[in-house]
Amino acid sequence: MSALIGVLALQGDFAEHVQVLDAVGGRARQVRDANQLEGLDGLIIPGGESTTIGMLMERYDLDGPIRDLAKHGMPIWGTCAGLILMACDVGRQQPLLELINISVERNAFGRQLESFEVSVDIEGISGGGFPAVFIRAPRVVSVGDDVEVLARLDDGSIVAVRQKNLLGTAFHPELTCDLRLHRYFVGMTEAV
Amino acid sequence: MNSKTSGAKNTETVKRGLAQMLKGGVIMDVVNAEQAKIAEDAGAAAVMALERVPADIRADGGVARMSDPEKILEIQESVTIPVMAKCRIGHFVEAELLQALGVDYVDESEVLTPADEEHHVAKSNFDVPFVCGCRNLGEALRRIGEGAAMMRTKGEAGTGDVVEAVRHMRHVMADVRKLQTMSADERPTFAKEISAPLALVEEVAELGRLPVVNFAAGGVATPADAALMMRLGADGVFVGSGIFKSGDPALRARAVVEATTNFEDPRKIAEVSRNLGEAMVGIANSSLQPEEMLAGRGW
Repeated sequence: MSALIGVLALQGDFAEHVQVLDAVGGRARQVRDANQLEGLDGLIIPGGESTTIGMLMERYDLDGPIRDLAKHGMPIWGTCAGLILMACDVGRQQPLLELINISVERNAFGRQLESFEVSVDIEGISGGGFPAVFIRAPRVVSVGDDVEVLARLDDGSIVAVRQKNLLGTAFHPELTCDLRLHRYFVGMTEAV
Repeated sequence: MNSKTSGAKNTETVKRGLAQMLKGGVIMDVVNAEQAKIAEDAGAAAVMALERVPADIRADGGVARMSDPEKILEIQESVTIPVMAKCRIGHFVEAELLQALGVDYVDESEVLTPADEEHHVAKSNFDVPFVCGCRNLGEALRRIGEGAAMMRTKGEAGTGDVVEAVRHMRHVMADVRKLQTMSADERPTFAKEISAPLALVEEVAELGRLPVVNFAAGGVATPADAALMMRLGADGVFVGSGIFKSGDPALRARAVVEATTNFEDPRKIAEVSRNLGEAMVGIANSSLQPEEMLAGRGW
């Protein structure tokens, strides 16, 4: 049986993640309440607005159960807003999961006019640069000892990290046709 | 491990991508920083900065123009979510000003008084992405052909009556379904009939949907209205006058956000719809004179 991956479907581009998961042969389940977390092999927190997703996550009591699953080793991957929500600190008051030992700067590259795409080399992803789409994107400004930096931009900005079962990317692999990072994440769920 | 930072900006992927991040969310009209803060705290995915909400534009009459830049800047300062702003149809200089202010999306909107009755802004020439209104597939594809990176129904803004938004969303979806049943040799004639670029018609036939995100707008006033539009196939919802013209904006805003997320769950929608206070008064669309309808602006 292929891995069953939950995609948090409160707001954002969760449908795009579901589509890519289908393409890599994973089974996807949209998650809107805590019951739907049961039986998952992994969870993706998609792009969107972190303030909206965070507010709804608390409202539906998803934050506690997700923290428990993370503690028990379930692979969780946040893209953009998802990375923000997994961070321990974002420099302002907003609901966070505080899973990965990193500080994140929101809208670090500026407003939409500064959004960009660029090829990024990612540790553990072979086959050349990854087409990374940054939309009003965050960047990681500091990492704890247990956090592995997987990718940086030329200016040194950290844009992909891993802390054991937890993966975070500041960009959106779900907006491209490149399936490698989703395969990598499905691989993480199979290794558990 | 290092990569280039000097990436490509303002590409189609980047422009359309921001709209994809707004999916499943609610974009709220706000006229000042205080309202923007209320909208953000209630879970809005973005705000639309305006000088007057459509209900007031309708009541006040006169020429409705782009907002005072000071207002837009004030709103940009107050929130971390994306800030959109409206320019008049065809008013490419207003669009340039909004781009210079750094708004995240420009809405070339029929809610403002059109500056050009024949031509829309050539949107591909801009770095900032655009959202535009549509009533049917042909109109949507004409706007996308001009460079719009996101669509919304026109509906009938400032009425609190959802009937036109429903009409427009149903029309777009029905056109898409019709197109999907056509053979390849029937598509050029269909493209001609709906006055849309053939390449985009072909793309829709292949995708089974618009190539850009499509929100509902124009007359959404209640959580149930928002859920109705989602059920009809909207990717998300704009709420204009419906929030800040109601009795308890903060409560209603949050309820609309929750109904949009849980649009397939009537029990949750019923729960959030309880005790919201008064909805905006509203104007029944059937009571409007044809010249009072905003949706007829643009082509």
